[in-house]
Amino acid sequence: MALIEIEKLTKAFGFMPALRGVTLSVERGESVALLGANGSGKSTLLRILSGLSKPTNGLIRVGGWELPREASAVRAQIGMVGHKPLVYENLSARENLRFFGRLYGLDARATEQRAEALLEQVGLSKRANDLVRTYSRGMFQRLSIARALLHQPDILLFDEPHTGLDQNASALLDSLLLDARAEGRTILFATHELERAARVSTRLVILQRGSVAHDGPSAGLDGAAVGALFAQKA
Amino acid sequence: MMPARASFFSAAYAIFRKDGLAEFRSRELIGSMGLFALLAVLIFSFALELNRQARIESVSGVLWVTIVFASILGLNRSMAMERDQGNLDALLLAPISRSAVFAGKLAGNFVFTGVVGLLVALVVTVLFNIPLASGWMLLLLVMGVLGFTTIGTMLAAMTVQTRARETLLPIVMLPIAVPLLLASVRATSYVLNNAAQEIWLPWLAILAVLDIIFLVLGVVLFEFVVEE
Repeated sequence: MALIEIEKLTKAFGFMPALRGVTLSVERGESVALLGANGSGKSTLLRILSGLSKPTNGLIRVGGWELPREASAVRAQIGMVGHKPLVYENLSARENLRFFGRLYGLDARATEQRAEALLEQVGLSKRANDLVRTYSRGMFQRLSIARALLHQPDILLFDEPHTGLDQNASALLDSLLLDARAEGRTILFATHELERAARVSTRLVILQRGSVAHDGPSAGLDGAAVGALFAQKA
Repeated sequence: MMPARASFFSAAYAIFRKDGLAEFRSRELIGSMGLFALLAVLIFSFALELNRQARIESVSGVLWVTIVFASILGLNRSMAMERDQGNLDALLLAPISRSAVFAGKLAGNFVFTGVVGLLVALVVTVLFNIPLASGWMLLLLVMGVLGFTTIGTMLAAMTVQTRARETLLPIVMLPIAVPLLLASVRATSYVLNNAAQEIWLPWLAILAVLDIIFLVLGVVLFEFVVEE
């Protein structure tokens, strides 16, 4: 059984349709790049999968749990990195991770161990006790990734995670995505960076005005090939 | 298998503790609410040059109007701080009930507004020369602040998602808070006038009933308020 199953998903904001009958099935361990022009429905799809937004119609199952009815169980399996960092500026990185550990039901010891490991992994160990408001945009994003990975979720949803990052931070994020894939996590990430999509993903899904216009493997495609595909489908 | 999840109380306490720690660092909410309340009471005391009896009559109104407006200022800021960095989403992404988010935010808002309420009571005592320190007054303060922060926490979560949030919260909140304000002012006025208990106890009972109604509505409706 697929880890994520989406059937005929629609979402409308008032009279404005954002998703029009999206059907998608994602297997465990896949890394899916969601491509599409602005307003094609990428963020809406990720927000629905994370339980932040309710679908208008359609069936969604994540890890066997049905959305939105069993949203709480779904949320426990998901780590999300969004446009905004989703961390608290007046807390330190360590305090942020402790706080989110409590919300995800981790015991104090497990949270401490996991937080230490993640802070090391994202390169924030030396600044772990500094208030987050003193961080750069790249550091914010790295902490955001640590927060998303804290509860060891099966599924990672990344909404344009490279936005505003410099080259070093982007490279670190790529390596974290590849590590997560190697650990067997399932990843869906929305991006406008076609070369990166080809490199980091195992599969490309192109959305056009709320519908799936292309769904296929990314193996063998380079940035130029993805660009040509994008120009044709998006 | 059901994934691990925090209990209602554990999640609510974590949110309350986080708000407390952030406020301890920034003093943003208590600072702005306290300063506003202090200035408001000062202006009232200069504007209303009254004899002692008139002061007793008006002091309960001064006290509660100041607390209500100060709380609106703080409640707006409290939710805006969650929204600015997308943190409301971070809370809603966690596998906890929306009611726990409401309870945690409410607990923080209640404590911060309560501290400001005590400050207002102290300043009113000094400027209006009317002693407010009594057990009944403390109970009234607790019940009144609980009611206002309950309504405000729920409505601020709703209005913070709009562009005109600063102006919208008082417009939405004040009409709903009128019965609470009326009960608080009346009960306070009777207590300060040393009226017989059977006169003001019904107002206290009304206050308690309103608190319970708003608390239940908050717990039940918060999920729909934050829903996209």
